Amino acid sequence: MTNVKKILRKIYGHSLFFPLTCLGIVLAVNLIKTPTFFQISLNNGVLYGYIIDILNRSSELIILAIGMTLVVAGSGGTDISVGAVSAVAGAITIYSLVGSMSSAVYRIPYGFAIILGLLGGIACGMFNGFLIAKLKIQPMVATLILFTAGRGIAQIITQGFILYVRNEPFKYLGNFIPGVPIPTPIFVAIMVILVTVLILKKTALGLYIQTVGINRKAARLVGLNSSLYIFLIYTFSGLCAGIAGMIITSRVYSIDANNAGLNIELDAILAVAIGGNSLAGGKFSLAGSIIGAITIQALTTSLYAMKVTADQLPVYKAIVVIIIVMLQSTELKRMVHSLYQKISNLIAGKKVA
Amino acid sequence: MLRKFREKIGANSFLLLITIVLFIVMYIVGMIVFRNDNFGRLQVFLNLFISNAGLIVASVGMTMVLISGGIDISVGSVVAVTCMLLAWMMENKNIGAVPAIIIVLVLGIIYGLIQGLLIAYLKIQPFIVTLAGMFFCRGMTAVISSDMISIKNETFLELANAKIYLPFGGHVNKKGVMLYPYIYPSVIIALVVLVLIFFMLKYTKFGRSIYAVGGNEQSALLLGLNVRLTKLKVYVLNGFLATLAGFVFCLNTSGGFVEQAKGFEMEAIASSVIGGTLLTGGVGNVIGCLFGVLIKGTIETFITFKGTLSSWWTKIVIAALLCFFIILQSILASTKHKRRKASKI
Repeated sequence: MTNVKKILRKIYGHSLFFPLTCLGIVLAVNLIKTPTFFQISLNNGVLYGYIIDILNRSSELIILAIGMTLVVAGSGGTDISVGAVSAVAGAITIYSLVGSMSSAVYRIPYGFAIILGLLGGIACGMFNGFLIAKLKIQPMVATLILFTAGRGIAQIITQGFILYVRNEPFKYLGNFIPGVPIPTPIFVAIMVILVTVLILKKTALGLYIQTVGINRKAARLVGLNSSLYIFLIYTFSGLCAGIAGMIITSRVYSIDANNAGLNIELDAILAVAIGGNSLAGGKFSLAGSIIGAITIQALTTSLYAMKVTADQLPVYKAIVVIIIVMLQSTELKRMVHSLYQKISNLIAGKKVA
Repeated sequence: MLRKFREKIGANSFLLLITIVLFIVMYIVGMIVFRNDNFGRLQVFLNLFISNAGLIVASVGMTMVLISGGIDISVGSVVAVTCMLLAWMMENKNIGAVPAIIIVLVLGIIYGLIQGLLIAYLKIQPFIVTLAGMFFCRGMTAVISSDMISIKNETFLELANAKIYLPFGGHVNKKGVMLYPYIYPSVIIALVVLVLIFFMLKYTKFGRSIYAVGGNEQSALLLGLNVRLTKLKVYVLNGFLATLAGFVFCLNTSGGFVEQAKGFEMEAIASSVIGGTLLTGGVGNVIGCLFGVLIKGTIETFITFKGTLSSWWTKIVIAALLCFFIILQSILASTKHKRRKASKI
């Protein structure tokens, strides 16, 4: 009996319990609504199916969520500029490839354009990092600058046009490489995960970020350069946004500065929150965030399947965000607990009487 | 010498002074650059108020929230949903203009109440709550109608287009008719809100406790102020002001569509910050925020007078100005901190 209880508590107390439950609920609902949900088929040498689609579409979200997890863990704030930064990175890449005309001919080598785009993302991240680490501005306010200006910058790079790249190999990154049945974005996401995990586990960086997130002053006093770590994580978040921007633009082989990566910052924050990470900073779980990202994408895909249009989608997601942060709120737990105590006292008091 | 002057008037008035000087300089530059385009006319100046009446109301609410130590990034979406709701109620449901406006304002208060409860009583970060609010309202706009609705209600349009002429400052046009400068009722609403909130912040107990809560929550609590209730009231009032801003905005645009007022929250925050409100809370006033709005309006007027620039430049210039003022604030705060440290030793 006690053993069962112990095991149950262990499962319940595990940090991945909450995200996995959320994912389970979403998948279960889908399974009931569409019995063919888990079917995977091979058409024309590529894999098809809801699961593959969700994994494919969640790739850029996973990449953003990884950056966001570190940002949340290290600074207790969020980077809300990631969507706009993705648009900037995408705009830089496509503009440097084809200029202000939609065409199939590259002006500069493809790899070089990708590097330029990523550098753009890093530069945006460094700008955020500088404001937050050096000038000690609240993260959300500092990133708000790029949140609005970012799309303007992207718009100016593309000169207000939607630029297309009419070139087959450009689509590989966001779709399929011929002969490989699995969508490319999944590989990119796995690579980003592996590199990040390796860096965090093989060096003390992960530990340092947690320390800075729990108490910035204390971390400084024990000899950690808090500002440097905060600067680094925002730069990394910018890089992640850049990589996501590459995938987003390659998926539709074009850049629309107004809509590329629109509202994706909320999804990324949501993924981190569902992953069981506290939005106040400190301890973090990358696995949780990754599962969170997949959950969000599963939710989005199922909402689309229920004929919810793209511009109505934020309503549902906002509600989910509020429910999750309420569940995380220690204040609410305390209130419920004290209410529970009062009621049980009342009942006990009646019994005594 | 500058430092002595700054010490005399205090760092915060110093920020306000910079803003006012910046506005005057920009305006004079405009008068010189566009002297052939009648930039100097009183009507051009009044147009700043006419086209930014909604922003003034929203920025006043935002200033109050920032002083209390919070933030509200949902105002743009609230404005959009207010316009859409007004248009939808008047055009598709045949509700009269006055009841529609009252319904919207009541909804705004309820919205503010929910945000306030989540922030003040459940202690969720204001940014997260209002971020969710921002997406919720934007999404709701699309739920109500994904197409644009223009308002054709007569009472509403009468109110929107009632020109109020000023008795002075007119000019004679080519036909020899004397044209007096005019404003719309929306400007009067905006200015009344500005004055009311100015006096509320300065002379009422509630107003002073907002400063206390924003300055140091712990101290305010120890002084016996009801911190939670103060915060709740701030968000309720802000919800009301945000929807009122939406109504005033709607008087200008006479219609609702999904993409309306995008980036409005950024403009409101920028106006407050440029006007000397500290993002850390406890410092700020609505007069500065008015000048913040006017600066933004002047930049926009420049861009329209110039004619060849993309409207995206407004956003970028505003973001750059915001960035500049945030950095200035941060530098002023750190020198203040150092001075205090030095005086302690």
